[in-house]
Amino acid sequence: MTEIWDGVRAAFWLVVQLDADLIDITLRSLHVSLTALVIACVIALPAGTWLAVRRFRFRRAAIATLNAFMGLPPVVVGLIVYLLLSRNGPFGVLGLLFTPTAMIIAQVIIITPLIMSITHQAMRELWAEYHDLLISLNTTRTQRIRTLLWDGRRALLTAALAGFGRAIGEVGAIIIVGGNIDQVTRVLTTAIALETSKGDFALALGLGFVLIGLSLMVNYLTHSLSQTERSGRW
Amino acid sequence: MVDNLLPLRVDDLVVSRRGKRLLGPVSHTFAPQGLTLVIGPNGAGKTTFLKALHGIERISGGTLTWNTPPEDARQRQSYVFQSPTMLRRSVRDNLAYPLWVAGVDKALIRTRCDRWGARINLSDAMDRPAPLLSGGERQKLAIARALISDPDVLFLDEPCANLDGQATADIERMLTETQATGTRVIMTSHNLGQIRRLATDFLFVLSGHIHEVGPAAQLHTPATPELAAFLQGDLL
Repeated sequence: MTEIWDGVRAAFWLVVQLDADLIDITLRSLHVSLTALVIACVIALPAGTWLAVRRFRFRRAAIATLNAFMGLPPVVVGLIVYLLLSRNGPFGVLGLLFTPTAMIIAQVIIITPLIMSITHQAMRELWAEYHDLLISLNTTRTQRIRTLLWDGRRALLTAALAGFGRAIGEVGAIIIVGGNIDQVTRVLTTAIALETSKGDFALALGLGFVLIGLSLMVNYLTHSLSQTERSGRW
Repeated sequence: MVDNLLPLRVDDLVVSRRGKRLLGPVSHTFAPQGLTLVIGPNGAGKTTFLKALHGIERISGGTLTWNTPPEDARQRQSYVFQSPTMLRRSVRDNLAYPLWVAGVDKALIRTRCDRWGARINLSDAMDRPAPLLSGGERQKLAIARALISDPDVLFLDEPCANLDGQATADIERMLTETQATGTRVIMTSHNLGQIRRLATDFLFVLSGHIHEVGPAAQLHTPATPELAAFLQGDLL
């Protein structure tokens, strides 16, 4: 019990003193996860919507695979990205291993299926509602996708937040491809893993509370900016 | 001068779903002018017929021949669904949508939306979310959205179902005006009063077939006992 209390105290002091390392690590966490989120959204939002609008032969199989990929084990993704980026791997020449870029790549792979699947789910319902009208108006497929993306933007926010939540809290993949190098690839989650194995529970917990606080803040901020859950909105 | 869209010739049109014949075979020629009411009991195939004419119901047999090529014909008609779909946008953006789809210039979209917003008495509500409108306002918005692209043919499926007298009167006035400007109107209705008020001619559909066709005057002297019974409000 004392560890948790010490952790709260440690977190409090870390935040109050604006500890330079903490700020550095937190900013890196945000940088990696938000970049991964933006890239994943650019891929997953249109792709998920396309999947809702388009009928093709292997659609069911594609959706089932996609849903299975939602639960992709991060450690395995990390391992594969590691092998691809390592010196002997196909992309070794790029020298990306143990850089934030490698961490971003791993996270994009992990969260894209998740965002795409939630997007597909939400867009399928909206498409059922819009289907007849949009067909009647002679819309092109691109116009349909654009319409659904715009009118379903609040559902897409949920998809994006789910993706962000998974990225910011993820440790298995980024510790493998990033290597948890101080000042370079150390982020909140990998630092927590390190401090825990060192036995410094107070610091680990402190970082943990900062991580949770960060997650809450991002969620509150997005909700207040996009004015969800207000009457008269949809 | 662009070619006339009408007459529309329907030859042996059949619509089947899962081996069950919903409509047809029906044959009819729609004259270039008028307001045709497709009438008949529930489940007779009125909606299927209307959707097939508009080209959003897959037809299983027969042909539809517009006076212009199908691609062109498709661009020049609008359809108002029985329960109007409101895009989750403002009233203005709902009105603007068909014009955006057609790639119309922004300034022109604005002036047309203002004009149509005023015509349906929603000038003060242009920025309100369309899904929050009342039933009557939604239906008027749906009709305005269908008319904003100046279609040559307007299809309406039960435009006044579940509406009160005032909203119905507004919509009937809109439809009469629309027809007066030369737009061909083809609609379904259940409302016997409305059928008599609006129709210039009618098609009586029963069990997937056209049972009786005629000018509005024939509604007073039906040729078949089924139509007579329907117009008396008997259950068919």
